[in-house]
Amino acid sequence: MDYQNLFTQTQVTGPISRGVPINSYDQRERTQGVSFSGLLGRIGNAQLGPIYLGRLGVASLAFGMAAFFIIGMNMLAQVDWNPIQFIRQLFWLSLDAPAPKYGLGLAPLNEGGWWNIAGLFSTIAILLWWFRTYRRALALGMGTHVSWAFASAIWLFLVLGLFRPVLMGSWSEAVPFGIFSHLDWTAALSIRYGNLFYNPFHMLSIFFLYGSVLLFAMHGATILAVSRYGGEREIEQIVDRGTASERAALFWRWTMGFNATMESIHRWAWWFAVLTPVSGGIGILLTGTVVDNWYLWAMHHGMVPAYPVTNVIDPSIATPAFSAPLQGAK
Amino acid sequence: MKKNIFSALLAISALLFLTACERPPIDAKQNGFRGTAMVDVQNPRIVAEKVKLNTIPPSSGAISGEGEKASKAYKNVQVLGDLSTAQFSTFMVTMTSWVAPKEGCAYCHNLNNLADDSMYTKVVSRRMIEMTQNINANWKSHVQETGVTCYTCHRGNNIPQNVWFKSPPQKGGNMLGNLNGQNSASPSAAYSSLPNETYSKFLLASNPARIQGKDGLPNGNKHSILATEEVYGIMMHFSQSLGVNCTYCHNTQAFSDWTHSTPQRAQSWHAIQMVKDVNNTFMVPLTSTFPKHRLGETGDVAKANCATCHQGVNKPLYGKSMLSDHPYLTKPAAEVNAKTVAMK
Repeated sequence: MDYQNLFTQTQVTGPISRGVPINSYDQRERTQGVSFSGLLGRIGNAQLGPIYLGRLGVASLAFGMAAFFIIGMNMLAQVDWNPIQFIRQLFWLSLDAPAPKYGLGLAPLNEGGWWNIAGLFSTIAILLWWFRTYRRALALGMGTHVSWAFASAIWLFLVLGLFRPVLMGSWSEAVPFGIFSHLDWTAALSIRYGNLFYNPFHMLSIFFLYGSVLLFAMHGATILAVSRYGGEREIEQIVDRGTASERAALFWRWTMGFNATMESIHRWAWWFAVLTPVSGGIGILLTGTVVDNWYLWAMHHGMVPAYPVTNVIDPSIATPAFSAPLQGAK
Repeated sequence: MKKNIFSALLAISALLFLTACERPPIDAKQNGFRGTAMVDVQNPRIVAEKVKLNTIPPSSGAISGEGEKASKAYKNVQVLGDLSTAQFSTFMVTMTSWVAPKEGCAYCHNLNNLADDSMYTKVVSRRMIEMTQNINANWKSHVQETGVTCYTCHRGNNIPQNVWFKSPPQKGGNMLGNLNGQNSASPSAAYSSLPNETYSKFLLASNPARIQGKDGLPNGNKHSILATEEVYGIMMHFSQSLGVNCTYCHNTQAFSDWTHSTPQRAQSWHAIQMVKDVNNTFMVPLTSTFPKHRLGETGDVAKANCATCHQGVNKPLYGKSMLSDHPYLTKPAAEVNAKTVAMK
């Protein structure tokens, strides 16, 4: 019965596993202490440690924390150093990119300069963390699939904060550091460039995103469903199917006429996940640089049929806008 | 036992998460082509509250204009001189009930000499009557035949409840903590983190709220994301003030496209022009007339925006006109214009 549950009910605690032996230099960088957590065991492995931080990890954390500190201090200053207001308004507060007038130049610290520094530090931190995932994979004799998947996310991050602003000639095009403000930026980018839903790469990105979710649900459900036959031993089943994968495969052939294999389902999932930010990044990179109004572009190329017109006429054609004779007066 | 505690915690947190939500059912009315999600969404319980707040006050009815003119009977009647004395005295009482019901006549008048102009409130009132006449005569493109009266904005308050002042510059050092005129939980941007003092740009100065390009490919449209967020901010004010969503005016597939917009969008374009006229022609020149405590933190006069009249509904007072009892608030355009020019 334990295996029929959606939540892990069984928790097996074995002897401490220190992992495969790695070279003696790397061995020094690992923490020695290992502990067990029953709470962690409910959602994953109960064993905590050994942790490997290393020089790349330390450098990455230092830069990351510096960026986090800069953003946090700016937000605290925005609420006049009041910790209660800081928590109350946290979702609204934001460290914004420089104003459009500064272009790609250096803005004063309080007018976007801090944003540049925080952006630089977080970029360094993320790139160092990428190297860390790459080096740790090699140290364990693994493939570097995780690193390249991570790289696809970094691609989107760099497009948003570096490549596109540089191509547009202005840091002001980049995303602010803030909870609501980055969502406002997303909506404003879509409105400014004529509705991002008409951007075919945005469409592809959504396709891969929803596809990833679907594949994840299908795969997770399939393995849970055959775990009573040892279905979670997926790696062995790649070379030796066994009854669990045979039943799972037959289920999908019965229900949709085709089944992925124990190996290929992971390629499906990896590619769908990786292509989400890759295609999304291409879409963002083209926005404003190559296409100014995605709606008009899509209409021009007959992408979707037009809705019936309402025959409303722009009133500014017939009536001049009211312009104040006393403009600028106190 | 453990399970019970867990369920109780879950129930409490669910309740906490839902406190900001409105309970169903919600009324939805389609106002655009099917499939465009153009729907007017209203919560009937909130509407019921709004109806209470937006009913027109009792009126003493239309008063005959026959008889002696007010300008003959009284001294120093500059704007309402053509009214009969019956109309004039009734309107004075009515206006008091609209604007200064607690204070009475003494709010504007020196009771020893009603013709005296020494109180600033009297000078402002006179100009506000002219403003009302100007709106009803020259801005039919927005107010149509419904028009406005003092009550549309004042609703029994000396100062209309919804007016705006320029934001004072942000306090604090020059080192860090720049809010950029946004990123605050401000009602003026409908509690978004968008720019929250967009009135100066769009309702005082003349800046078109047009940022989308007319061509698919880049063709000289240099509007920034920041400029877009400013337009977004003022649009949130429109939406909040009228109690409607974006699709009341726009087909959101292409915000800028007039041929897919609703007629209400053209109405609100005229509204922007009207509010600029109100603020620049009538409010700003009154700055020095007001005493200091009536001015904003930067010493600017109270100004109008959409909420000043609309107060949460798409048509102020649900579209009920009060003009039939007060025809003198709609003067011929030429007459008002002549006066406006003469004042300068």
